[in-house]
Amino acid sequence: MLGDFFRRRMSVIAATLFLGLGLLWGLTGAEAQTIKIGVINSYSGFVAQAADEMQKGIDLYVKLHEKDLPAGIKVELIKRDDTSSPEVGKRLAQELITRDQVQILTGIILSPVAAAVAPLTAEAKIPLVLTNAAGVSLTRLSPYIVRTSFTLWQECDPIGKWAAEQGWKTAYTEVTDFIAGHDSEGAFIKGFTDGGGKIIDSVRYPMQNPDFVPFVQRVKDAKPDVAFLWVPAQTQATAMMNAVRDLGVREAGIHIVSAQDLLPDEELQKMGDTPLGLITAGNYSTAAQRPANQAFLAAWTKEYGDQSIPDFFSVGGWDGMAAIFDLIKQTKGKFTGDEAMAFLSHWKNPDSPRGPIEIDPNTRDIVQNIYIREVKKVDGKLANVEIATIPMVKDPWKELNPPK
Amino acid sequence: MGGNSLHGVTDAIVSIGFHGLAFAMVLYLISVGLSVTMGLMGFVNLAHGVFAMLGGYVMIRLMNRYGVPFLPALAAAAIAAALASIPLERLLYRRFYGGEELDQVLLTMGLIFMSVAGATFVCGPLTQQMEPPRWLSGQVDLGFRHFPAYRSFLILCGAGLVTALWLGLERTRFGAQIRAAVDNLRMAQSVGINTSRLFMLTFALGSGLAGLGGGLGADLLAISPSYALQYLVYFIIVVAVGGLGSIRGPFFAALLIGIGDTGFKYLLPEFGAFFIYALTMALLLWRPQGLFGRA
Amino acid sequence: MAAGAEHSAVRDAVIDAFARRHRLHPLEALPWLIAVAAYFALPGYLSLGAQILATILFVLSADLVLGYAGIVTLGHAAFFGTGAYVAGILAANGWGEPISGLIAAALIAGLVGFLSGLIILRTTGLALLMQTLVVATTLYEAANKAGRWTGGDDGLQGMQVWPIFGLFRFDMFGRVAYAYCLIVLFLGWLVARRIVHSPFGRALIGARENTARMHAIGAPVARRRLVIYTIAAALAGASGALIAQTTSFVGLTSLSLERSGNALIMLIIGGVGRLYGAFIGVPVFMIAQDRFSSIDPVYWYFWLGLLMIAVVVFARGGLLGLIERLRP
Repeated sequence: MLGDFFRRRMSVIAATLFLGLGLLWGLTGAEAQTIKIGVINSYSGFVAQAADEMQKGIDLYVKLHEKDLPAGIKVELIKRDDTSSPEVGKRLAQELITRDQVQILTGIILSPVAAAVAPLTAEAKIPLVLTNAAGVSLTRLSPYIVRTSFTLWQECDPIGKWAAEQGWKTAYTEVTDFIAGHDSEGAFIKGFTDGGGKIIDSVRYPMQNPDFVPFVQRVKDAKPDVAFLWVPAQTQATAMMNAVRDLGVREAGIHIVSAQDLLPDEELQKMGDTPLGLITAGNYSTAAQRPANQAFLAAWTKEYGDQSIPDFFSVGGWDGMAAIFDLIKQTKGKFTGDEAMAFLSHWKNPDSPRGPIEIDPNTRDIVQNIYIREVKKVDGKLANVEIATIPMVKDPWKELNPPK
Repeated sequence: MGGNSLHGVTDAIVSIGFHGLAFAMVLYLISVGLSVTMGLMGFVNLAHGVFAMLGGYVMIRLMNRYGVPFLPALAAAAIAAALASIPLERLLYRRFYGGEELDQVLLTMGLIFMSVAGATFVCGPLTQQMEPPRWLSGQVDLGFRHFPAYRSFLILCGAGLVTALWLGLERTRFGAQIRAAVDNLRMAQSVGINTSRLFMLTFALGSGLAGLGGGLGADLLAISPSYALQYLVYFIIVVAVGGLGSIRGPFFAALLIGIGDTGFKYLLPEFGAFFIYALTMALLLWRPQGLFGRA
Repeated sequence: MAAGAEHSAVRDAVIDAFARRHRLHPLEALPWLIAVAAYFALPGYLSLGAQILATILFVLSADLVLGYAGIVTLGHAAFFGTGAYVAGILAANGWGEPISGLIAAALIAGLVGFLSGLIILRTTGLALLMQTLVVATTLYEAANKAGRWTGGDDGLQGMQVWPIFGLFRFDMFGRVAYAYCLIVLFLGWLVARRIVHSPFGRALIGARENTARMHAIGAPVARRRLVIYTIAAALAGASGALIAQTTSFVGLTSLSLERSGNALIMLIIGGVGRLYGAFIGVPVFMIAQDRFSSIDPVYWYFWLGLLMIAVVVFARGGLLGLIERLRP
């Protein structure tokens, strides 16, 4: 009789069991998972402006694309301020890894900070997606580093070659006396001399320098065909342009070229008419007409208001998050450090606001279009208009200096 | 610099001298208030640069956002800085007059930190750019050479203010009271000078001048949230080299620093940064009280 | 017989008084107990802890200069940075043995302190303050220029620090670093304590309080100031080496005005000239910095500034001064 009881209810029992198991399986599959991402940025210090731009790019991407993540997966950004100090950055990275247990590190404006963090990524096998720091050898410091921004050799070598192509024979270079400045100087000199030009002199000025008049006066004295003037982006750019204006360098017939750092998009409006006609090489300009950029700008203005202007720092952060999101989508949020690097080293984005970009698997560094831009007036405002494109440039320094 | 004609060399010298002078004027305007208040109240006010920064922000905001013309905006900058200094002096600073130097250092550093964050909060982290007014843009033709109009204006302003200050100190009653109090505070009090009110007014004057200097010099010393920290070293060097409690001292110190710094960077760009430090050390070893300070 | 007994009783009393003055007060064991407890209780915070301990040594050395010799300095980081770079350059060029690196760093930093002290310590007041600033800034610019050795603005790369005694490797969780810094701090503290409680230390305090009178009774003030300046420089150099070795990195910030200024601030918060000011001020400052910057990375400066002003207005003489006043 008992047997009958069970036999009749077998289907119900079976159904309940199946349902129960199915629910359990479904629940664990749909269990909410949070991917922790450590963002190390220089919110305080002399690069706070750049940090702000980069953070806005990162935040905007996350806000717009959170819904694209697989179901049940969320992303948590843990932000830390390295105060522009490499040792603080290193300690923060250590704590993010050991205490907060992040799966990925990203951000970092300053190359020295990135260099200090690099050994930790190798020791802990945590990927680092560099969204700005531009020191050429950074990606070699650890096999867990990938970069989505740019290197100065990528920009300054082409502008050197381009300057020589214009028929300009002599050049005078002035850069800020630190590693990034040395990079840009070396790259320009290589590109220019390869194209047949001659360098008259090279000068380096101290980092904290309010007034560029004495240095620009030297340029004027030497009367080169072209002057390569480089400063780290933001405030010094405007101070440099003021010196150029006050000393009448352009009126004296000297051409000026630089990397995009000299004329960052958000500072351009404050420089009056002096930069008209100036040529720079860079990876991003807000004036670019491609649809991806138009969409990016529209989203930016909607989120941050139309007084706010993005620049190449913002795009570096945006694309870095794009890479991380693609990684999460591809692996459903479960990846080891090695798996992540395998994916990131081959990552491509044909649709970035700056055009097509990809990562070179050999160097884990970014490959992108470099644009020669000229400052023109568009709708009454100054803009860096792209006049030529050098497609898919790999970092020249690494090509010239293969690892030993 | 080979192959330069004599004309080229003199042109360079004039240019360097001119720009160095403009830089010196800005430094002087900002630092003179600090020198007087340090000499008068014995208060190490490291946060002095905050008033210059405030003046710069006020002027630029008024000009850029509200279209206020240049000169009224400049005046507003000075007045805003002076007014802001009064509650600070009454409520906070006066508790520490003649007190422990270290307390004063900590207090004013705290103020600097708060100013950095406050400026970032109100105005954002970007540097503020000033566009000189139309009548001051471009070049001024003096016959033998062109000079940038704005820098020329800076120099004239500086010279005018220096003269006004010197006259004020020598000729007015207020100036006499300041001189008396710097010389000997107790005596000044015993002859009936209201030193408390004197301190307040002098501090306001010094801060107002700093605000003016910050606004005028916004072209040279860019206005950003970390202004007070960034340029702190310049201001206290000018005051230390010039001598405390003096208005002539900072003037000559500013000239030395401004022209020397610019000149040295022109001649030896790689080592240009060392110049002002070497100068300061040498000068202070020779005269520890500064050029015009009291021994 | 009775006279002899009385005499020895007096003698005993005098010896007892001296011994009491130099003997360790039980409360002095407190910071060390807390430090050791933290090692076990807070395993996730040991890197921060190691940096706090090394910084305590730095600020303690600043206290010797500031609190005991009465020299207001804005350039104490010069010695910290010198020590850091010495240890760093050794480790980056093949000699990664930590203890010898530490000793070398302390010796060279002490030498720099001695030489600069010889030049600048004859001045006082604002002029001296400026001179200390100038020394530090000059070293900063020199380190920037000597990029080949120091890595310039990028910082010193490629430091390989060997395990201590070949056994204790510096691990990522900071355990070895913490213990290392704790032991060196303890030794440095012993030195500082010895100086402060010695007749030499007493003379210094005398000099600080009333230089004129000290000159009048013939005490050699200048020489004493130079000696303590040198010793403090050596201790600061040791703390720089600690930070360099435990983070495998040295940057230009180790010579910066900011580092000197921060030391001053931490010392004042804790209380100057009380030997233990550093032990209180450093953790308070660094933990506040750590906490505030993770809550609000952009605006932590504001709260920090407010804290500093609050300490000055309400806690004159620093937190130690406050504690002293609260005790009956």
